[in-house]
Amino acid sequence: MALNIVVCMKQVPDTTEVRINPETNTLIRDGVDSIINPFDTYAIEEAVRLCERVEGSKTTILSMGPPQVESSLKDALSVGADEVVLLSDREFAGADTWATSYTLAAAMKKLKPDLIITGKQAIDGDTAQVGPGIAVHLDMPQVCYVSKIREINDEVAIVERLLEDGHEVVEVKLPAVLTVVKEINEPRLPSLKGKMKAKKTAVTVWTNDDLDTDPECLGLTGSPTQVSKIFSPPKRGGGEMIDGENAQEKAETVVAKLKELQVI
Amino acid sequence: MELDFGFNEEQLMIRDLARQIAKEKVVPARAKYDEEQKFPWDVINQIAASDLFGVFIDTEYGGCAEGNGITNMCIVTEELSKACGGIALAFAGTGLGTLPIILSASEEQKQKYLPDIASGKRLAAFGLTEPNAGSDAAAIRTTAVKDGDDYIINGTKQWITNGGDAEIYTVFAVTDKTKGARGASCFVVELGTPGFSIGKKEDKFGIRASSTTELIFEDCRVPATDMIGKPGTGFMTAMKTFDASRPGVGSQALGIAAGALELAVDYSRERIQFGKPVSSNQGLQWMMADMAMQVEAARALIYATARTIDNPKGRATKFSAMSKCFASDMSVQVCLDAIQIFGGYGYMKEYPIEKYLRDAKITQIYEGTNQIQRDEIASALIKESAQRK
Repeated sequence: MALNIVVCMKQVPDTTEVRINPETNTLIRDGVDSIINPFDTYAIEEAVRLCERVEGSKTTILSMGPPQVESSLKDALSVGADEVVLLSDREFAGADTWATSYTLAAAMKKLKPDLIITGKQAIDGDTAQVGPGIAVHLDMPQVCYVSKIREINDEVAIVERLLEDGHEVVEVKLPAVLTVVKEINEPRLPSLKGKMKAKKTAVTVWTNDDLDTDPECLGLTGSPTQVSKIFSPPKRGGGEMIDGENAQEKAETVVAKLKELQVI
Repeated sequence: MELDFGFNEEQLMIRDLARQIAKEKVVPARAKYDEEQKFPWDVINQIAASDLFGVFIDTEYGGCAEGNGITNMCIVTEELSKACGGIALAFAGTGLGTLPIILSASEEQKQKYLPDIASGKRLAAFGLTEPNAGSDAAAIRTTAVKDGDDYIINGTKQWITNGGDAEIYTVFAVTDKTKGARGASCFVVELGTPGFSIGKKEDKFGIRASSTTELIFEDCRVPATDMIGKPGTGFMTAMKTFDASRPGVGSQALGIAAGALELAVDYSRERIQFGKPVSSNQGLQWMMADMAMQVEAARALIYATARTIDNPKGRATKFSAMSKCFASDMSVQVCLDAIQIFGGYGYMKEYPIEKYLRDAKITQIYEGTNQIQRDEIASALIKESAQRK
């Protein structure tokens, strides 16, 4: 058996450098480096490890965005991905999570993966919706927050999900979508040979002409949600300490204040 | 911005990769290895996985050098040393141990040993120094006596970098007592060879992440085919090795100094005294400017020397000695000044800067003390003068 694995990767601004323009409440992009969404690095690593485990397997990285995403796709090649595909078209611009997952799913129909792996969410939008969205558009089973792939063969994968109060072991039929958490592995650093290979490997770019899509479902037009405003939450002020002789007295003060604020 | 030394695209990749390993793997681990004096295997495994042990070995032997191995070795050593001069030494010490094979071994010997070193599967070490043979390297007493198709080695080597952790050792022994320096030969001895054991492990002032041990040979039998070069050429091999390796020590010293300078400048902007950062004091500004000039001057000398060795037009002894001597003297002074900029905090182990000085000091001593380097430089000057007349 050999697995055809596709990993979805998003390029995001390096959050260690993120600054917000206080006037406009938008991200200052000037001079900010772009990186692979950190959660996606775990997805890439897991796919590369599966390829090392299951001979003959292949990892393809799929991303959607402007041409500058190619630099992150090259980074993915340098840590062991075999091929990279970029969906880039003005038609795709402004997509929300529904339209993004619709477009990625359309590309999946061409790539025909046995397994799709994504990071659990991206650190810029933090929605965690695109992975599950792809599964829904493709009518595939999905397992989110995967922390371990115990077993995998042509038919099924047995995986562990990381839950708040423990692990859940799930057997899932392939093809399926897994979203992974950082506990799953420790992503490797690139190798020199990987970097050389990345330099030589061309990025495959697909436009909308390469996909079978409904134009009404793409980009801003196809997005049922729109972001009306982005802002930094106001800084929380310090709390107020309530003094009093005893618990009774303090409680009375609290109740009076709550009534004053019309909370109770 | 950095000075342009004409590195090619692959060398820039090597630099970026070494820089990434330094930042992500060495910086978080350096205090622990310094404190515990343990060999940094997790970092070494990363350097191996990233193919960096191959940078000083040519492509035909599994490496990635194309006649530019010494420059590549300096690039990696500098970047790793910016984070930790001790951890960098496991890499640089392997380079030193490998050079006799690269420079003087037969094609068969190169094919046998170099691919494993290039892949990082096995580390190398260089075994010359003995208790009574430091600067006076020709005074070694370890002997190798011919016995049929073998040699039998007896003696003790001292202060051997990577001792016990390396698997491939280039060892120098006397094969003909009557011939002095022309009576020494070089052998490859593998860890595990009967009669070869690792002796005392040293407790050191600096470079504590690097292992420094004795090598003990007691009737250690090695096949004559493991002799590098002809009998009696050992001392020549050692000298050729130093010509190529000393810029590597220079790059270690350079990296330590550059790392210390960066920390000091960063700190000077954070430390507030008299209501303003200490970086606004001209006294410190001029110190930092002097430190930066010294660092760049060393860097220029080292990479020019490395390029000269990679494109040989004759023996580079003088320039190798200069790069090692200038960079190491510079490094100790820059580290002292960096501690001064940190003030009282710089003296405390809680801050990383005192370790830089401890790591820098050795670079004035090993692979020939700086007094020996000055001897080499002066003797080259006098020889050149004599030849002009």
